[in-house]
Amino acid sequence: MEDDAPVIYGLEFQARALTAQTAETDAIRFLVGTQSLKFENQIHVIEFDDENNIINKNVLLHQAGEIWHIGASPADKAVLTTCYNKTSDSRVVSCAAVWRMPCDLETESHESPDDSAHNPQALELLCHLDDSTYGNAACVLWEPMGDGKRVISLADNHALLWDLQESFTQAKVSSTATLEGKGQLKFTSGKWSPHHNSSQFATANETAIRAWDLRTMSQIYCIENAHGQLVRDLDFNPNRQYYLASCGDDCKVKFWDVRNVQEPVKTLEDHSHWVWSVRYNHSHDQLVLTASSDSRLILSNMVSISSEPFGHLVDDDELSEGEDNHQEEKNKEPLKDSVVSTYEEHEDSVYAAEWSSADPWLFASLSYDGRLVINRVPRALKYRILL
Amino acid sequence: LILIRRIAPSPVPMDVEGDDSALPEDSGRRRKVHGMLKLYYGLNEEGKSNEQPQALDPCDINGPHFDPEIYMNKLRRECTLAELMDQETCMVKQIRSLDSDMQTLVYENYNKFISATDTIRKMKNDFKKMEDEMDCLSANMEAITDFSARISGTLQDQHTQITKLSGVHTLLRKLQFLFELPARLNKCLELQAYSQAVSSHRRARCVLQQYSHLPSFRGIQDDCHAIMDKLAQELRQKFRDGGTSAKDLSECVELLLQLDEPAEELCDKFLSHARSRLESDLQGLEAEIRPHSSSSRRESSFHRSSLTAAAASDELLHAFVDDLAACYFSLVERRIQEEKSVGDNSLLVRALDRFHRRLQAVAKLLPGSSVPHHGTEIVIRAATERVKQYLSALQSFYMDSLTDVRQALATPRLSVAGGASHLGGAELLSSLSASILNQIKSVLASVHLFTAKDITFSNKPYFKGEFCSQGVRESLVVSFIKFICQSSRQFCESAGDKGGSTPPILLLLLSRLCLDYETSTISYILTLTDEQFLVQHHTPVTPVTALCAEAREAAQKLLNHYVKVQGLIISQMLRKSVETRDWVNTIEPRNVRAVMKRVVEDATSIDVQVGLLYEEGVRKAHSSDSSKRTFSVYSSSRQQAARYAASYTPSAPLDTNLLSNIHKLFSERIDIFSSVEFNKVSVMTGIIKISLKTFLECVRLRTFGRYGLQQIQVDCHYLQMYLWRFVSDENLVHFLLDEIVGSSAHRCLDPAPMEQSVIEVICERG
Repeated sequence: MEDDAPVIYGLEFQARALTAQTAETDAIRFLVGTQSLKFENQIHVIEFDDENNIINKNVLLHQAGEIWHIGASPADKAVLTTCYNKTSDSRVVSCAAVWRMPCDLETESHESPDDSAHNPQALELLCHLDDSTYGNAACVLWEPMGDGKRVISLADNHALLWDLQESFTQAKVSSTATLEGKGQLKFTSGKWSPHHNSSQFATANETAIRAWDLRTMSQIYCIENAHGQLVRDLDFNPNRQYYLASCGDDCKVKFWDVRNVQEPVKTLEDHSHWVWSVRYNHSHDQLVLTASSDSRLILSNMVSISSEPFGHLVDDDELSEGEDNHQEEKNKEPLKDSVVSTYEEHEDSVYAAEWSSADPWLFASLSYDGRLVINRVPRALKYRILL
Repeated sequence: LILIRRIAPSPVPMDVEGDDSALPEDSGRRRKVHGMLKLYYGLNEEGKSNEQPQALDPCDINGPHFDPEIYMNKLRRECTLAELMDQETCMVKQIRSLDSDMQTLVYENYNKFISATDTIRKMKNDFKKMEDEMDCLSANMEAITDFSARISGTLQDQHTQITKLSGVHTLLRKLQFLFELPARLNKCLELQAYSQAVSSHRRARCVLQQYSHLPSFRGIQDDCHAIMDKLAQELRQKFRDGGTSAKDLSECVELLLQLDEPAEELCDKFLSHARSRLESDLQGLEAEIRPHSSSSRRESSFHRSSLTAAAASDELLHAFVDDLAACYFSLVERRIQEEKSVGDNSLLVRALDRFHRRLQAVAKLLPGSSVPHHGTEIVIRAATERVKQYLSALQSFYMDSLTDVRQALATPRLSVAGGASHLGGAELLSSLSASILNQIKSVLASVHLFTAKDITFSNKPYFKGEFCSQGVRESLVVSFIKFICQSSRQFCESAGDKGGSTPPILLLLLSRLCLDYETSTISYILTLTDEQFLVQHHTPVTPVTALCAEAREAAQKLLNHYVKVQGLIISQMLRKSVETRDWVNTIEPRNVRAVMKRVVEDATSIDVQVGLLYEEGVRKAHSSDSSKRTFSVYSSSRQQAARYAASYTPSAPLDTNLLSNIHKLFSERIDIFSSVEFNKVSVMTGIIKISLKTFLECVRLRTFGRYGLQQIQVDCHYLQMYLWRFVSDENLVHFLLDEIVGSSAHRCLDPAPMEQSVIEVICERG
């Protein structure tokens, strides 16, 4: 059972922003935003043809500025948000906006790369998510599994909940939360929890992780000193409502049970530099992807703290079929927490990694030099989890 | 002549009387002669003939097959006249010397024959004289026997008379004793000499019984009975009172037993007495737990007396002893538990020894009892407890000395500002390890008392085997070493996140300590232990290698942590300096930023710090001339700067990536927080790697104006000038700094690099 070789796609520019096209559940599609101060920035829509192992790309112009963060609407395939830097009068300002991709994208996707590069289409601006009083935007979070009408943007030390109205053309701040404290506080990243009826979200600033209740816009809990240094990213376990993963500059990935925030449930120290991104697999939460500036991507199998700690649960009637079957189940050693694989295809720091929304066994990672690598979970492990 | 020759071989063994004076000079020559004669007769040293081929040669004048005819013919044929003449004279000379030899031999043998004959004759005479004397002796002996028989016959009568008389005398003495008995008994009663009374009465008792049909004896017997009853009454009274000492009591019991008192009853009574007494004793003990050695002595004497008294009722006694012993043991154990201070182990060992010895005595009196067994268990428990205490004492000693080290590290820093305190690093390390070693040795010496030869329990199998291997070696020495490693690891983990609580130099110190343990100390300590305790490894014990591996792991972890902490401190400075500045609107660089100078200063002081504890390590070969090196750096930097300038012409946007990717293809992947080796260069490389990588990542998160980029150029050049000397591979520094400048050029709105010469000037100005 040979594992398929990774598929590599190179961008011309440096890039940090990567997301899966969340609303798309058939095609494997990723969005990448570039960072260039000199040239027009682009959003590459990369579609991966799993059967033929081919990448199709579409380039859309993002004229507003270099992209630091990108988010795809979970409801509408064509809608996305970006956080970008705008330079004007030798001042750098971070903004956020909602965009719509041109709808005739599909027709172009099969053309040769040369043609698509020669006349790229531009994104259509739907609305700005800016309010100058709130400072620089760090990231925009879509409401998970919602109707795509609500987003949260994190700007300096404020979290703003926006209502998108009139088919995204108007955005209104419906409520805000502000982080108070000494010094210049700044959110570095955040995540909207899919649990509790989407009424919670978590943010990271410096070494702390905080969770907020959207209804009251007040803090629920706080993990002080979650990491020795800056917390770079966090992610909610999609299947266990109290579990949360975080990563940071102390090279560690930590798993928390938010009911007891004194100690992490588990800590991984596999990376040899800062960990920039951590992502749970959307359906099999034992699979955790981490990206680091040591140019590596690591796929870990965290069975012991997943929602299926004993592997695939066997149904009762299956058990009653016979003694042998039962015996076999018992003999099967439960999988141990382990690093499944370390991917070394990148040459530069890997700042982002994402699971595909369409294929749970496929993921993409993006390094600063603009290299996008698409990988699959090793088949042996895949069958082990499934069977 | 042949006859004489035949005799010739014999003189040497025959030579008993020996003409010693002649022998030494002659022996050489004679042996030669002897050999030649032997040869003549075809005899060999080994015995029989051993035909040699050359011996058949008829021309060999010394050979057995010599044929004068052939020899003569041969001579005549081969030699000239002169030679013949010579040959002849030579032959004549030889013959003459042989003749004289023969004469000497004959003479010597003749002399010996004569002296032998003389000796035999003398012996014959002497034997005759002896025979006469023997005859005389036997005649005398016969006369003596005769006389003695006669004497015993005459004395027979008198002898029987004397025997009879003496029999009468003793009978009379006995009678007298009997008649005097009542008076004597009365007197004894008065004087309270009970034992004497009882023994007298016992002696007379059977006689009186036997002759009680005679009225006179009957009177005496009645009198005696009356007196003895009185005596028994008195004794019983005394016994009931119970106030007397243990010895008196047991004496009482003994006497009463002899007076045919019922044993059961006595036994019960005695035991109840003893119990109340012992219980009060135990209470006394409990009230003021005194040195248990004295009490144990008292205790066991009780046991002994009780045993003698009631040997009849074993079961009862066992129950009794067990009962009391249990009570006593619980007290002893409590007492031992209170013995917490680890100060003087010999006291405890001696006390335990005494305790054990007493119990051994009980064991002799009461073979089936489980008491001594329990006692041994108590001793074993006490010993293991003691070992545990020593372990915890060692551990607290270790922690205390670490605190001392911490203080020593902290104080000079206050008084002598700056790096002066680091000078103490090596001394602190050596004093720390020496004091720990001394402590271990002294503890071993204390524990060793348990197995000393003169201690009774030391030859119990437990103390011979398990105590040495499991107790001392495993749970004391090995546990302590493990504790050191573990506590070292804890320093990495607990302080891991913040890094502030443990001073980095302590980490470094401990790492070196662990490394030293790995290389020598552990095996030394274990060998010492094994030698002192003659550990026989019945049970599997932790091997030295496992411990060494653990120590090495701890050392590695500590050193890695040290690198991490120091790296973080520098990283933190760099990060703050990058994050807090507005790089777009900065002014044209005129100086190296203070932060960079600080970084270099810190690196230098860390270098000194590490250098005191770790060896230099290996570097990749440097270019010999440092000025040349800086030049080469310029050129490479300039190339790079040119590259950025070129790549930002809009015509070739792809080249940048291509170039940098190609560049990366040829450089090795750098693991930033990787494990370091145990040497200075590796440690410094680790720290600088972490710092520069942080710098790089921070730069990538910012946007730069023209002067921002130039400032970074200046800073990087400055770092380049000073950091290369610390690392193992200067290319690493070059690569990371190039990467930083490259990234900031990418992130620059107006990438106009500064002239290299200007950068140099700024950097040299400082």
